[in-house]
Amino acid sequence: MDSQHLNPSSLKSRFTATFLRALIKINAQKPISSSSPREIFQRYRRIKVAADKSMAYSVRSRRTWSRATLWKLRSRSRSRLASSGRRSSVKTRTTTTTTTTTTATNHRAAIVEKTSHEKENKEDHVGLAVQAEELRELVPGGESMDLCNLLDETAHYIKCLTTQVQVMKKIANLYSLE
Amino acid sequence: MSGRRSRSKQSSVSSITDDQITDLVSKLQHLIPELRRRRFDKVSTSKVLQETCNYIRSLHREVEDLSDRLSQLLASTDSDSDQAAIIRSLLMQ
Repeated sequence: MDSQHLNPSSLKSRFTATFLRALIKINAQKPISSSSPREIFQRYRRIKVAADKSMAYSVRSRRTWSRATLWKLRSRSRSRLASSGRRSSVKTRTTTTTTTTTTATNHRAAIVEKTSHEKENKEDHVGLAVQAEELRELVPGGESMDLCNLLDETAHYIKCLTTQVQVMKKIANLYSLE
Repeated sequence: MSGRRSRSKQSSVSSITDDQITDLVSKLQHLIPELRRRRFDKVSTSKVLQETCNYIRSLHREVEDLSDRLSQLLASTDSDSDQAAIIRSLLMQ
């Protein structure tokens, strides 16, 4: 399934290179007591963030979900640097609404109300809109997408996630061979 | 963009054609291992969405598990030359 030679401009190789670079950096930050549980947990966090960030970065801003991920990560690190408490500097650039659970519930309720008006075979697709709420929470930036874009972004997001998992698995296997 | 069958403006779905949605949903179906085998069966849209959510969640879990595993492995790796070898072999595959 894998081609023999990695196309240097493919998503997979861009992600691999970016992620490896991040891993090396994380590894270099290793303190002396590198196997305390706290250290390991911190490293776990950094690795996970690096993996998600590397993938989003490899996709660049071509996709809504990658833009949302990069935005989220950047604003999170910015708010962490602002040591004075939790200032939510997130000016919602990518989302039109700050989706809290109440907003989502109202949205859902509104759609359900509209459902009662549609009696034709659109019903399947309107039910789809209700079910898509769960998907919106899983796909970065999903709250602000219309249904069509959501489905399209989801497909791309899944492809990238599987690539991410594939590469991470390979790296882990290689490391554990030592 | 607007549907060939014009619907009332009440539903937010009205501006998207049924065909577009069907196509997108079947594209998703092909990506999900659970459902790929049942390509020629009629899989309901709601089932596709449900399985999509489950699949994304399982992928997220895999990323977390792998990050965990990598953090343990990094703790035991010291040598830089090993790393260079790993990188080389990874990028050459």
